Amino acid sequence: MEKLTRYIIKRVLLAVLTVFIICALTFFLMHAIPGGPFNREKALSATTIAALNARYNLDKPLPEQFLIYVRELLKGDFGVSLKNGREIGTIIKESFPISAKLGLLAVTVALTCGTVFGCLAALTRNRLPDRLIVFFSTLFTAVPSFIFATLLLLVFSIQLGWVPVWSATSHSYILPVIALAAYPMAYTTRLAKTSMLDALDQDYIRTARAKGVHRWKIIFKHALRNSLIPVITYAGPEIAYIITGSMVIETVFTVGGIGSQFVLAITNRDYTMIMATTIFLASLMVIANLICDLLYKAVDPRIQYD
Amino acid sequence: MDIKYDANGMPKKSPLSMQIDLSKFDKATDEEKRQQDVMSQSTTFFRDGMKRLMKNPLAVISMILLVVIIVTIIVVPMIVPYGYSEILSVNGRRDKGAKNMPPFTYSEMEQEYIANGGTRFPHIFGTDEQSRDYFVRVIYGTRVSLAVGFFASIIVLLIGMIYGSISGYMGGRVDLIMMRIVDIIYSLPDMLMVILLSVVFKETIKLPAGSALSALGPNMISLFIVFGLLYWVGMARLIRGQILSIKENDYVLAAKAIGAKSGRIIRRHILPNCISVIIISTALQIPSAIFTESYLSFIGLGVQAPMPSLGSLANYAREGLQSYPYKLVFPALMICLIVLSLNLLGDGMRDAFDPKLKR
Repeated sequence: MEKLTRYIIKRVLLAVLTVFIICALTFFLMHAIPGGPFNREKALSATTIAALNARYNLDKPLPEQFLIYVRELLKGDFGVSLKNGREIGTIIKESFPISAKLGLLAVTVALTCGTVFGCLAALTRNRLPDRLIVFFSTLFTAVPSFIFATLLLLVFSIQLGWVPVWSATSHSYILPVIALAAYPMAYTTRLAKTSMLDALDQDYIRTARAKGVHRWKIIFKHALRNSLIPVITYAGPEIAYIITGSMVIETVFTVGGIGSQFVLAITNRDYTMIMATTIFLASLMVIANLICDLLYKAVDPRIQYD
Repeated sequence: MDIKYDANGMPKKSPLSMQIDLSKFDKATDEEKRQQDVMSQSTTFFRDGMKRLMKNPLAVISMILLVVIIVTIIVVPMIVPYGYSEILSVNGRRDKGAKNMPPFTYSEMEQEYIANGGTRFPHIFGTDEQSRDYFVRVIYGTRVSLAVGFFASIIVLLIGMIYGSISGYMGGRVDLIMMRIVDIIYSLPDMLMVILLSVVFKETIKLPAGSALSALGPNMISLFIVFGLLYWVGMARLIRGQILSIKENDYVLAAKAIGAKSGRIIRRHILPNCISVIIISTALQIPSAIFTESYLSFIGLGVQAPMPSLGSLANYAREGLQSYPYKLVFPALMICLIVLSLNLLGDGMRDAFDPKLKR
């Protein structure tokens, strides 16, 4: 048990260090870009700029500015958007719930459908269902998500009109979720299939079969449990994929989530916004990865703590 | 001392000697001798793997497809008389009617020109919204995308191999420190860092004008730098793990015991066992680099404007999608074909070259 505690402490410390490194990298990289925030087409007077610089602490040396920035971040203050002057904290508070719902739905769909399809493929090995599943999962890993999303939008929303286009009044999550979940689902399917085949090949399965245990009981009680471990391991990278993938999907479907805000900030060169969103999303990924790692160790007692 | 011989002409042996008593052996018959004949050619690791690879129809098809694509992107720009950024013109006059033409059609000016006896190369994929030949643009886009994928993978391979093998060979404290660095880089969210670095490099990198690099634009250079900075960690981990586990194998110990030098051990025992893993993961890195490039193109951090890449072509095509769907279809299809065939070839190579999966 002591080993487990030490492992948890080590992982948490590494996560905190990672978040700090991300903050520092983001801050100093963004400040390496030439030109201050007050560079306008119409030049401001020198005294105005000096006053503005003093107001936003821009006259202090860079390391001190960084410390001030981190202190404000810890208070939950992300600063102000350069383009529309709104509090970035408010923008995140408004847009994040939509993205979180979309992302959680996509993770759930990808994991459950992926596992089901993977097991189905393993159990019907080399027969028609297996062939079909392998075909589609290979295909889906070869299509960039924005092309797939664009095709979905064109066919089902615009041509056939089955699903309403995302607007202020109608929030239809189905197409964005499908587009977002397609790649991780295909990957999970392949993973679940190999690990299920592996599990079915083990000695304990043969023993159970020799003892006359029912086929379905073998599959659910013995094989499935053990084949789920690699699928759980993939959950961390999957969440990271879905967070970055959501930027594209939200932009294509014009969903006003945090991902599309990020893309918008890049197009507008809204540096404070880029900085804040990067730090927010990156920290989210690090935390998600940490939780997945700890869960994984809890699920599989065979894992070594190193 | 004189030696005594027995009936077989062998020196008489002492009763405790281990010397072979020939009288207890028969001479081999001809049939028995034939059993020693080499029935099949001795095969190398590479040839053995290739033989198995050739039996995998999907891998063979992917390989043929890739060769066809590569030959096409080399040959086509020599045949087709249009440039990738060339705005179509007839007899030196700008062809204003040649915007957004469907595949295999000619504009009015071109039809007039042909009717007057001139010859015009057909626009196989039509033209884009700036009257440029779309076929040539797709071909150049494929060139750029493949080159980006290939060079990014080579950068990853080189850095990862050097770092990983040093870490694996040295072991001990050096290994520990080097792997902690890798752990930290590994835990950074790579895609976000790619975007961040691209944003910064886009503003800070100044390229010498007129070079091949400046045609690609600062975004692609930053993509390479980012790959060199971030993506090598996976490769370094993989190679370190390979070397660590192979180092412990009994055949390495056996080779050491019979006095093989470390150079020979590396060449004959360690490399053949991990080269397949290295090649395969490099092959699988190319599609991921192509994906990354198309992703960056989508958020506006792709190649510099007149230069096309498959990702940026597909992204531009989204705008007039309902009117000109074929403009999305061609680059999208090309990305799918390349990624699919590289994935299938990589999988096939893993099955063929990974000795542990040998059936």
